[in-house]
Amino acid sequence: MSEVIVFIVAAAMILVGAVGVVASRNPVHSALFLVETLFGVAVIFLIQNANFLAAVQIIVYAGAIVILFLFVIMLLGVDKAEELDVEPIAGQRPLAAVLGAALLGIGLTVVLVASNGVTGAIAATGSEHALDNGFSDVERIGRVLFTEYAFAFQATAALLTIAVIGAVVLTRRVPSTEMLPDREPASFELPPLAPAIDEEEH
Amino acid sequence: MILALDPLFLEKVGLSVVLIALFKVVLAFAIILVGVMFMVWFERKVISDMQHRIGPNIAGPWGLFQTLADGLKLLMKEDLVPEHSNRVVFKLAPFLSIVPAFLTFAIIPLGGNFESKSGVINIFGHDTFLQIADPPVGILLALAMSSIAVYGVMLAGWASGSKYPLLGSVRASAQMVSYEAALGLSVAAIILQTGSLSTHDMVVDQAAGGFAGFIPNWNLIVTGFVPFVIFLIAGTAELNRPPFDLVEAEQELVGGFHTEYSSFRFAIFFLAEYLNTITMSAIIVTIFLGGPSGPVLIEGIDWAWGILWFLVKLFVFLFTFVWFRATLPRFRYDQLMDFGWKLLIPLSLGWFLFLGALNISNDRGWNASLVVAVTVAVGVAAGALLMAAVRTARTERLNQEVDLHG
Repeated sequence: MSEVIVFIVAAAMILVGAVGVVASRNPVHSALFLVETLFGVAVIFLIQNANFLAAVQIIVYAGAIVILFLFVIMLLGVDKAEELDVEPIAGQRPLAAVLGAALLGIGLTVVLVASNGVTGAIAATGSEHALDNGFSDVERIGRVLFTEYAFAFQATAALLTIAVIGAVVLTRRVPSTEMLPDREPASFELPPLAPAIDEEEH
Repeated sequence: MILALDPLFLEKVGLSVVLIALFKVVLAFAIILVGVMFMVWFERKVISDMQHRIGPNIAGPWGLFQTLADGLKLLMKEDLVPEHSNRVVFKLAPFLSIVPAFLTFAIIPLGGNFESKSGVINIFGHDTFLQIADPPVGILLALAMSSIAVYGVMLAGWASGSKYPLLGSVRASAQMVSYEAALGLSVAAIILQTGSLSTHDMVVDQAAGGFAGFIPNWNLIVTGFVPFVIFLIAGTAELNRPPFDLVEAEQELVGGFHTEYSSFRFAIFFLAEYLNTITMSAIIVTIFLGGPSGPVLIEGIDWAWGILWFLVKLFVFLFTFVWFRATLPRFRYDQLMDFGWKLLIPLSLGWFLFLGALNISNDRGWNASLVVAVTVAVGVAAGALLMAAVRTARTERLNQEVDLHG
């Protein structure tokens, strides 16, 4: 019973946050709604007994990624309300509506037709590690990551490293000499001095 | 669902269990508020002493009630909201600062007999710990809360709608995010040592045994001092305390992120700052100095000895933070970033790998001295490479400057 109540509160938090991200006009408010959604997801993780995932959700997503979003918003000064009358890419909005409806349809189909896939019953019984209650959740995640999914884990690490290096290489600008103002001419004259003021005139 | 490893919640949760949990929360809340009052007074007195001044001495004996008087004064002040501010976020920000500060304190073991009873005390027939909560994620809660605390500072500066607070908050968020990495890596060394995330388990682990009968089994010694030094430095940066107080550098930024705040909202920021100082000291004591563990000298009220040892150790770090503030000049911003990214993070990562190698060689029964020699050689080589890379980059940058500007 208590689990149901917690779930309903957390789900409401997630939905309000998700709608808020899209609906609010100020990008900083959007980022804050995103944090609310992430906290809701962390609570859902907690009631599923995935304590470690909940903590990592807060530390990585709320603590690093959204902070980075906010940082960029503040540095670039795009924290103004958005002009909504102009459509930046033609045909973007009808396409978004169609894709959104399709996604909702797929989601509903999965929930209504293949209910096992949503509750996680298949995943829980399919893997030999899933219901191994002898270990804490941290140990179980570690064991699975470094045995069954070791390759995927290493590949992700390599991907992230390459992405960081790529970002540095792409944004590094070798300053070109043409952009700079002309050098000082050799015969540079000093600007004329301000006319001397006769003190006696005052 | 496991809420905590606390034996209190293992039995059937009835009214008395709820009341005990509630009692612990209220008591800890009161203690930490009084602690903040004391800490503010203590800091002002110690700094005065170091600067040959007297410091607060009017309100109460030795000026003890000065903080109370200041707090009351702040309550009576007019509550200003700047015209260009973002009102909702402006009012939200102080709370985002103070709530994480309070929550972190929940995972600190405050007392108990760790010598023979592993910290279990008995209240009204219920076994429990002298600690509000012992969640399975343990020390990660502290890291999560310190990353949430960034929001308070960041949003306060942004929502003020004024340039100095914005500059302060941009500095603050960059600094806090940078030093969180070093903080997390030094905590990882402790987790590796304990094999558990729970703060209570960490204290139990450190209370056991020891070397030569008198040297305690503290993580400070077991992990070889380096993580401790890194944690202390990164923790000071995380608190935005001197010498890392660029966030509110008075000479440059008026007051930093809280320039536009007045009255009770300012008081909340002030409270959060000192709460964080106390909590950070308590975390250092818990994970490096064995928390409330220590000898029980007189049997009977054995749990009180834990509280005494905890307070003694806590006091050392509270004094250290004040001492830092009174002695060290502020970092320059590029020095701050270089120090964090090019020294602390590589060092803590390298030390973590070194400790990992030692642990594995212990498990497998490898030749310990050979493992140490190899890891140290690899570490030195990696460090030399890193230094060479940094130096090359710097020379190239300087050359470009020279080419361009003559």
